[in-house]
Formats: sequence, structure tokens, C-alpha cells
Amino acid sequence: MAAEAGDGNPQPGRRPRSRLIVRLGALVVARSVLVSVVCCIAGSIAFLLLPVLAKNTYVSENALMPGSANPMFSSHDVLEANRFLKEIIDRGSAKVTGTEIAKLIGQHVVDVGAELYYHKFHPHGNQFHPIHFFSSITSTMEMQYNSSCTLFGLNSVGIIRAPRGDGKEAIVLVTPYNSQNIGQSEALSLGLAFSIFSLLSRVTWLAKDIVWLAADSRYGEYTAVDSWLKDYHNPSFLSNSGKIGTGVCFEENILHLLDQLKVKGPRYNIFKRAGTMAAALVFKVIDKNEKEERDSLTIYAEASNGQMPNLDLINIVHYLAVHRQGLRVKIGSVHSLLKAAWLKFVGEMVHLFGKLTKHLNPKWKIDITSAEYVEGTATLASSIYYQALGVPTGSHGAFRDYQVDAITLELSPRFSLNNENNRSAFLLRGGRLIEGVIRSINNLLEKFHQSFFLYFLTAPHKFVSVGVYMIPFALLIAPLPIVAAALFSGNDSLGVSTEKVNQEPGCIGSSDAELRSGSWKWLQAAKVVFMIHLWAIIVSLLPYMLSQFPFMTPITLLLVWAALSICTLLIFYLIFGACSTHCGWELLKSVMIAAASIGLSLMSVINFSTAQIGAMLIVPMCLLVQPLRKQMQAGVCRKAVLVICNLTLAVVGFPPVALLIAKGLCEGFGKAGVGAFWELAQLLWSWNSATYLYLLWIHLPCWVLCFHILLYPCIGRSSKA
Amino acid sequence: MAVLRHSAAFPFLLLLALLICIPALAYGVWLNDGGGGVEEEGEQFSEELFLKPLPDRKVLAHFHFQSTAPPSAAIGRHHHLFPKAIAQLVQKFRIKELELSFTQGRWNYESWGGSDPISSTNAKPPGVELWALFDLPVMEIDATWKDLTHSLSGLFCASINFLESSTSYFAPSWAFRSNVSNLRYGALPREAVCTENLTPWLKLLPCRDKAGLASLLDRPSIYKGHYHSQRLQLTSTKSTGIVLKQTLTVVLRPDVQRNSAYSSLDKSIQPSWSISSMFKKNVTGLCVPAKTSRIFFELETNMVVELEKLGYGDSCSNSIFDLSPNPVRVFKESNPLPGRSNSIIYEYINYREHEPLDLGMKWKLPFIWSCSQAPFHVSRFLMGSGNERGSIAISLQSTESNKEFLAKSHGCTMQVLIFQVVPWYVKVYYHTLQVFIDGKPQSVSDVIEKIQVSPSEDKLFPGTLELMLRYPCSVQSVALTLEFDKGFLHIDEYPPDANQGFDIPSALVTFPNFHSSRSYVEDNFSINSPLLLKFQEKNVVRSYTEALLVPLTTPDFSMPYNVITFTCTVLALYFGSLLNVLRRRVGEEERLLNSKDTTRIRLIPLLLFYSYLWLYQVFFGIISQTDGLCPQMNNAFVCECW
Repeated sequence: MAAEAGDGNPQPGRRPRSRLIVRLGALVVARSVLVSVVCCIAGSIAFLLLPVLAKNTYVSENALMPGSANPMFSSHDVLEANRFLKEIIDRGSAKVTGTEIAKLIGQHVVDVGAELYYHKFHPHGNQFHPIHFFSSITSTMEMQYNSSCTLFGLNSVGIIRAPRGDGKEAIVLVTPYNSQNIGQSEALSLGLAFSIFSLLSRVTWLAKDIVWLAADSRYGEYTAVDSWLKDYHNPSFLSNSGKIGTGVCFEENILHLLDQLKVKGPRYNIFKRAGTMAAALVFKVIDKNEKEERDSLTIYAEASNGQMPNLDLINIVHYLAVHRQGLRVKIGSVHSLLKAAWLKFVGEMVHLFGKLTKHLNPKWKIDITSAEYVEGTATLASSIYYQALGVPTGSHGAFRDYQVDAITLELSPRFSLNNENNRSAFLLRGGRLIEGVIRSINNLLEKFHQSFFLYFLTAPHKFVSVGVYMIPFALLIAPLPIVAAALFSGNDSLGVSTEKVNQEPGCIGSSDAELRSGSWKWLQAAKVVFMIHLWAIIVSLLPYMLSQFPFMTPITLLLVWAALSICTLLIFYLIFGACSTHCGWELLKSVMIAAASIGLSLMSVINFSTAQIGAMLIVPMCLLVQPLRKQMQAGVCRKAVLVICNLTLAVVGFPPVALLIAKGLCEGFGKAGVGAFWELAQLLWSWNSATYLYLLWIHLPCWVLCFHILLYPCIGRSSKA
Repeated sequence: MAVLRHSAAFPFLLLLALLICIPALAYGVWLNDGGGGVEEEGEQFSEELFLKPLPDRKVLAHFHFQSTAPPSAAIGRHHHLFPKAIAQLVQKFRIKELELSFTQGRWNYESWGGSDPISSTNAKPPGVELWALFDLPVMEIDATWKDLTHSLSGLFCASINFLESSTSYFAPSWAFRSNVSNLRYGALPREAVCTENLTPWLKLLPCRDKAGLASLLDRPSIYKGHYHSQRLQLTSTKSTGIVLKQTLTVVLRPDVQRNSAYSSLDKSIQPSWSISSMFKKNVTGLCVPAKTSRIFFELETNMVVELEKLGYGDSCSNSIFDLSPNPVRVFKESNPLPGRSNSIIYEYINYREHEPLDLGMKWKLPFIWSCSQAPFHVSRFLMGSGNERGSIAISLQSTESNKEFLAKSHGCTMQVLIFQVVPWYVKVYYHTLQVFIDGKPQSVSDVIEKIQVSPSEDKLFPGTLELMLRYPCSVQSVALTLEFDKGFLHIDEYPPDANQGFDIPSALVTFPNFHSSRSYVEDNFSINSPLLLKFQEKNVVRSYTEALLVPLTTPDFSMPYNVITFTCTVLALYFGSLLNVLRRRVGEEERLLNSKDTTRIRLIPLLLFYSYLWLYQVFFGIISQTDGLCPQMNNAFVCECW
């Protein structure tokens, strides 16, 4: 209809009016440079403003009622903890057989009237299975017992059945201890755990069962907890005794072990369960020997792939620790940022800005001091870094794989633990805190669902929720499709800007053949991008084959990996490189940007923090990249800026460099070597971190393509001329 | 006047007297028919209490109240002792048998026993369990069951009416009771049990809790226990009439009286207890209508064996413990195997009005024994994680008691019946049934003697599995696994409670080869205690497994704000597009455009103007002025857009 009306119109210049949204889109695409600059700057500013936008946490679930009951943990329980501690220290010094402490724990658990069993496990190194990447739970059938039969750990588990409960839910307490070499702080955490356990066996208010797992951390805390959870959720009913090559010594081992552990009563080797887990608390005492005003509590919450426990769990711990027990609550922060001068400057600016806005509208409350801002940023940075790394920060990470909310609590005393009085006061505080947390969780009628699961912490009592932290990322990623569209349409119209096309409709008809070749060229560019991605996937699978060869140092492995990758890249280049030079760099860049934006969006769903950090590196690199030859044509000043920007971004954007810089910033540049990257990569894939996939499937091809464009032999339009 | 009123009232009085006389007359007629056996045949009530120390420093108390009513044809509609509500229930719904249990807490099969009569008949799954056997044609049973659940729910102040929906009850064919078609079974694992259920239960007793043994039922002390199960069992036949058994089983932990010298010896001695210390009440006389009112105290088989090892006989006072009043009678369990000691029951008769019968046990030395176990310890658990799929595993672990059985008959086979009901939203794939015996996978046909599966139908029927396993007695462990998918529920199928997850009711595991019957050697009298007679019944050993909690994907109902926003968005989109379609006239638009072409405002200035307005509004909060501006601007903008 509209077209007919247009035809009937005597004015020849008038075109049929398109819809507003299409016109807005065309406008944005036409102004892509402006839009991308504005979006990137706005994204960066919004990112820097995140600590300002953080809200105070609050206990969202009313049923939790933290601190509403008087603590029952008394000095009597402290005495019990001290008694237990003394026994452990005596046993530990007398004999180092590894099962002595387990036996002691077992005896006490039985005396208290709880159920007991021992869980025997084999430490198994995390293996890289490219096929089972996301399924963290490897099938028990495939579990390999290639370790020798002397290698085993022994977890002691006590279960209190809630007297009037129905046994459908359980709360898990975990205390890791090293059975080979037990220190005083570990003994103390066992003592604390036991005193809480014995208190809980006497109370009448329990609605959920209590499971106490004294995890044998001889082969690492995570291994012990993870193998227990694996047997809890996916037990193997097949007896393994027949299948093991060293079966005889294995059997002997078990018999010997059971003889040793014969406390009294039967069936201590049968795995017992206590229903669905509601929440888990891992707690340990660490003697840091730091002089501080108060006893402190450090909370670790990050699980694999940036998953966090429900914020309510952190809230109740923080509430009880600060408002009831007077502890100092800490969460990890990046120390190098705390002293950074530029951050202080930004903090001052933010402070000034806050004052200004307050002057304009008194309702706005952006009153944050510079120091607060710096601290918030440092904490936020560590929160983002540990989420982005995708490696759990403690054994609580094992629970998250089974959808159980868990955190690690690290209690550290103010003074030395050798002083009896200080120790008692410290135990009383710690015990009351944990009792309070358990009581709160025990009150819970539903699953943890009220509060947030997606958040960054900027302080123990401040958080940035997903609705806020998505904004900087969205702003950063928004220019990518726009620029891709602009480049594509720019290439379509052979350098004539969209507005000119609109004004000269004859152009479309005349360049029909060109268009067809243009669409064909788009496919050509897509092929190149696809090939590079294919290469990246091959590169990501190489370590699996390399790790099959034992006895190689990380450095040689890394070098072999790099050499193989470059070889395959060259092969790909030789096969497909011939056609790749014909397609024009704009199209290539456009397709590359499209692929990168899709990859980043996907990654933001899997692990937001990785996508955020990745976007900060990739987006400027993708937007700025131009062939060096073309840059030479520009003016001197612009040329210098462009070349420097491009080269810096190309170096920083290289995945290993980016990873090492991030690691160095957050953990310190202590022992960075050539082999460090191999170790880092190994860490990532052994924890099934999606960051590894992101780095090699999205970041690396994007970087290679950018490099390819930088070194492009001919400059877009002139190549066609 | 007075005379007149008197004369008017007289016919009424006469009528009243007549009315009172009719039942008595009827009774008299029946008396004459019955002849001499009046006392035996009439309505009877007896009350008994059974006490037993448990190995884990707890005490089991089992109350047994039994009322009988002779056949209804003989007695008419009126009763002396028997609760009328129950009699009407039986008559109206034609109930042959019925059992209703309210349970809080779990029976600990490992330390409280698994093969004695109490544990195999009185250990019940948490929540409510109801089954009934009807004397009706099969077609009418479902409707009657629905009515019955409603009546019972009114009678006992519980939400038994939730069992009326066909998704929550089932007709087991042979695993629950052998080969009956008119039985219905339902369980509500989530039902909370409290005093409001106990009070109507007590109202069925002739003395309520005012006199007799029921007066011991002090609410705080019985609900503080570790296990609490109140049960109502009905049997009705044409020949014997209705028998109503009301039992209450509680496991209590006696308070430890700490001496001033608190030593490790004290810690290992079992806590001493007496009826008054446990229940915080005394037996105040006997319930007058009760035919018998007795208290039994049992020493378990293993306890007697241990005692005999130490050289103490069956005396109720030795150097290990003292039983405070001396028993009236002693029953010994007769043994099929000679040369082995067996459990002993001491009987006390509660007949004294003024002296309370305060049975007590005082421990003097530490003493350890174990209870009689079922041949296999059963546990059931969920495997897997996540919201998509999982599997149910039932594992049977051999206990020590199996060894005796094995020694008794070599080369025997063990039979195990498993009865499992699964709600429809847990979609079990029955073909994935795997059986592992002693850690080796077995082909299903080798082990399973008999199996009946009725798959669930969405929103209609639950799935059930009835299974009979047969394997050698020497087997140490058996494990069964079944995989399932978690279904999606419609939004109104979620219960209005807190979203904890969904329950799978307990499975019932029966060992048909094992019986929990006891026979007692008694010197002079025949045993006339209903409780001991019940112990002598031949009951198979049963154990219930734990109830399971399945977390399903659940929408977040607690955020109505989201719902409101979402609904508003949908409404706005709908009405916006509807208005757009209705309002739009293309020809008109073109004409307008042509005439207005010169005067229209360009898009970017317009956007700039809007952003200016917005900034203005935000910074100075002046809304009143923009209200004036907006209509014009809106008009211009609308014209521009469309």
C-alpha cells in the first residue's frame, strides 16, 4: 500500500518510509564509531562505579531468624573441646599411623550416641576428559584405581539423627585435618567441631539430621570432600576388590584397617546417608599470627565456574559473626589494588561526584569515601577474579556441584592459641557462631532460594546484584553487533556510506552483480573465521594427548603445545590462506566481531565474570583493529595512537598474557615462569573450568584473527581496485 | 396453674421413661438369648502398658487399649463402652479391616529392634499411613475410600482427606497383604503429628485420659520423645463383631540424674527410670470400665542371654539392676530351640486405688546388650543430583541375626518382598531396574521371583512396584536401583506449603520367612491379655524405609512483584498492538504525511528534546510543568512514529 502511494506521488525523491525502529537501527549503524566510543566509555565508567552501586546485604528469608535464640554453647562445651584437643595432640605426637585420629574421633562420636562410619577413598588426580567437560560427575564405572594400594584416605563421619525429624534433610559440617601431620590449629578445629557435634546430639530443636565429616586432607581437602560426596550421591554397588591388579594387598589393607578401627559394635564400614543436604559448612581454625584487634573470620564462597552459594548463607554468617560474636569478617581482596594511586584518584573523583549529586538532589545517596571505594574495588576485583578463574576457593566447591549451598569459614584468633584463656574465649565465640548458623539453617522450611545466587561481593556486608553488574557488560558488548553490521553494510555499498545509498536509490540496482559477489565474499570470510575456530578447538584438545606422556616438565609440555599449535595453524593457513587474502579485511573483521559477540554472550551465561574480563580485553581489540598498512596512511598523530593501541591490545589480549597478568595482579607475580602457563592451564582443565574453553575457543581465535587483520597484506577497497 | 403444668408435663415424663427403658429391654432380651456368657460376649475394654529398656539408654513404652463390640445385629445401635463414631464408621463403609497411624520421628531399626512384635507391627513410617480392607464389590470401593478419608480426617483433625485423590492411594495386589483386591493403601509422609490428633484419639477411650493408664499421657513428656506413633486398628467380622485396638508407642529418653560425684562409670551406666519420672505423672487408679489394667515389663532375649552369661537368672533384682515392685506373674518365652534362654515378661496388675503403681528400674552397673535385628537392614536413598533425573536405590545389608538363621538351615534361600509407591511426578523407568548382589550385577530374572509393576499415569495414578526377591541366605548385601526423570508440575499442583521438595513415601520391605510371633510358657492360667495374645500372632517381619525428599524444579512463588510486572508488560504489549492495529489507516497517514512534511520535527532533535526534558525532570523533580507539556509532545511524537 505504502509503495503504491509512493509510486503515485509526483515527487521522485521520496522513498517509501520505513518503520521507526529500522530507521533508528540504520542511524545507529551509520554512527557506529560514535556509538561504540560512547558505549565503551560508558561501560568502563559503569564498571568502575560498581562499588558505589553496591547495596547492603539483608537476610531475605524470614524463616532463618539468625540470632533469635540464645546460644547453648557454653563453657562446658569449651572444656570438652579442650579435652578432645589434648587427646588429639597426645595421640598425634605418640604415633603417626594416620588412623589414630580417626579412631579417636570414632570413639567419641559413638560415646555421644551418634552413628559412625569410616569412608575410605582413593585420591585420584583430576584427569582431563575433553568429552566429559561439563559433566563434573564422572561415572563411577570409569573411576580408575591406578594408584597403589597404600594410597588411601580415611574420612570419619558421624551422623546425628534429629530426634523428631523425618530424616529427609541434613546439614553437613566439614572439618578437614591432615591425618599424617596434625598441627595445633587443625586439632583445635577438630575439637571445636566435636564440641559442637556433642552439643547438637543433646539438643531437642533439631529438625534436620547433622552430618559431621572429619575429612582426611592428606591428599588435599577437596579430594577428600569430593570423593565422599561422590560416594554419597553416586555410589558404586560394584565391589572393586576383584578388579584391581593389586587386589591382595588391597584386601589386606582393608582387613588391617578394620581391625585397627574396631571401636565397638559392627558395621562401621557401611556408608550411611542422611537425606538431601540443605547446606554445608566447612570450618577450620587458622593461626595466622597477625596482631589484630579482634578475632577474625574469613569467608570463602566461590565454587567452580563462578557459582556462588545463596547470599542468605553469607548473610547469616556475617550477621551472627558481627552482631552476636563480635568477630571481624573478611573476604578476599586484591592487595595490589589497595595501594594503587590511580584507584585512590578515582575514589576521590567518585567522592567529589557524590558530593555534587547530593548538592543537586539530596535524595541521591552516593556518599562513599575514597578509602571505602578503594577497599570495595579491591574486594570486587578479587571476587570477580576468583569467579572468573572457575576454580573453587576451598572444599566447599565440591558441594556446589551437587546443588548444595556451602561456604568455608576460616576462624583465626587474635592472640596465640597457646594461652589457655584466649583459646577458651576464642572457642566459645567460634562455637556459638557455628551453633547459631546451624540453628538458622535448621529453621529453614524451604530450600535456600529467597536471596541472590548471582552477585559480586564488595564487602562482607555489601553486594552487587546481577541486575546492576550486567549493565557495564551490556554496554561493553553492545558496540560489537553494531560495528559488525556497519562494516558489513559498508562493504556492501562499496565504501559508500548508508546515508548516501539511501539518497541515491539507483545505486542498489546497478550494483546487483557486485552484491552477489559481496554475499559470496561474506561466506568466504565466514569460512576463514570458522577454520580458525576449528583450529582453536584442536589446540584446546592437544593437552589431553600431551598429558598422556608422563615424565615431562611443564616447560617442555608448554613448548610442545605451542609448537604443535603453530604447526597446525600454518597448515591451516597454507590450505585456506590463499583464498583468505581475497575477501577484504572489513568483511573478515565483521564476521570475527560477530563471532566474538556471540561467544561473549554465551560465556556471560556460563560464567559472567570471565565474560566481563574477556569483554574488557576483546572489545577494544576488536573495535580498534585495522591493518597496519592502512594505519600508515593516516596522519602522524593518529597513526602513532592507532599503532600503539593496536600493538598493546594485541599483546595484552594474547590469552596466556592476559591470564598471567590477571593472576599476577590478584595473587602476586611471585613465581611466574615459562611453565606457569602450562600449570595454569592444567589447573583450569582439571577443575573443569569453563574459562579454559573460553580462552581457547573464543579468546584465542579472536586474537589470531585480529593479528591476521593487523598484518593484512592489502587494504580493503584498494585490493579490489 | 401448678397442677396444670404438672399434668402437661406428665406425658412427656412417661415418654422419656419409656425411651430409657427400650434399650434396657432390648438388652434384657439379648441377655436372655445369650444365656450365661454375658461377661465374655459383651462389650469389653482393656488397657495395658508395655515397657522395655532399649540398648541406647532409652525406654520403650507401648500403650495398648482394646475395645470390642459384639456383632451389630445383636446389639443394635447403642453401645456402653465402644465408641459410637467408630461403630458407625465400620457400618457405613463396610470396613473389614482398617489401620491408621500417626507417627513422628523414625523407628531406629538398628538399636530399637527389628524382629520383635513391637517393631514389626508398630514401627510405622513418619506421617500418616492408612490402609483399609472393605467388604464391598470392587466397583464401589474407590468411592467408599474417598468418603472414608473425609470421615477420618474429620474424626482425627488431620488432612487425611488428601488421600482421596487417585494420585495418592493405591490398591496393592500381593506385596502388602497376600492376594486381596479390595484393599486400599495411602500414605502422607509430610503430615505433622501433634496433640490435636491425640485428643480425638483419646476421646475414643471410655475414661479418656482421666483415669487408668491413659492418665499417664502427659503431653510434653510424650511429645519430647524420640519416636511417637499413635495407631488405630479395626477388625470387624460378622462372628466376632468389631475389635478396636488403639496403641501408642513412644520411645523416651529418661533424664539422667547426675550425682555429685560424676564419674566415667556413671556415664556408662544406663539411666535409671520409673514411670513417674518418665511421664511426670502417676497412674491414678484404674479406669473402672476396664476389664484388665496391666503393666508388662520385658527383658529382651539378648539381655537375658547376657545376664545369664554373668550368672544372673530371671530374678527381677540382681546386682546389675533393680525392678522396684515385685511382679505378679512372670512369663517366659517358650523356645523352639532348647538350651537357649529367651525373653522374659513381668506382669504387674494395676488394681490399687490409692497406691500408685510406680514401676521403676534402677541400674547399678554398666550393662551392654544389643537388640534383636531383622535379617537385613534396609535403607533407601536417592542418587544423582540436579533437577533433571536421578535414581532410587534400595540397599539391604545383612545383620548378625542372619547368621543364626544360616546356621539353622544350610543352603536356604531368603525371600524379600518390596512394596514401593512412587508419585507420578517422579517418572520411574522400571526397565532400568538393576540388582547387585554382593557387589556383582545380577540379571533380573535370576533374582526376582515375582514382580508386578503398574506404571504411573500423569496426574492420575501413582506408580507402584511390588517385587519378590529370592537369593541365598549367605548374601551380605543386596542393592536395587531404579532410574527416574523428574516431571514438571502444573502451577496449581504445587502444594501451598513451603517449597521444600516432594516426598516419596516409605517403601515397605517384608521378610516372609521370618515371623515375629512369640509363645509364652505360663504355669497356671491361660493367657488372657490382649497384648500378649497379639504378640503370639504370627506376624511377618517388616521394616519401613526412610521417606525421601525429591527436589523438583519450582517456580518462585514468593515474588508476586515479578508476576505483576510480567502481567503488566504482557497487557501493555497486547493493548498497545491492538490499538495500533485498530487506529492505523494507511491512506490517511500518507495524506497527513504529505501535508505535514514541511512542519514535522526531525527525529534527532526530537530525541534530544526528550532527553533534555528527562534530565530536567530528574534533576529538579519538576513534574507539574512537564504534565502541561506532555500532551502536545506526545501527539507530535505519535504522529511522527506512525
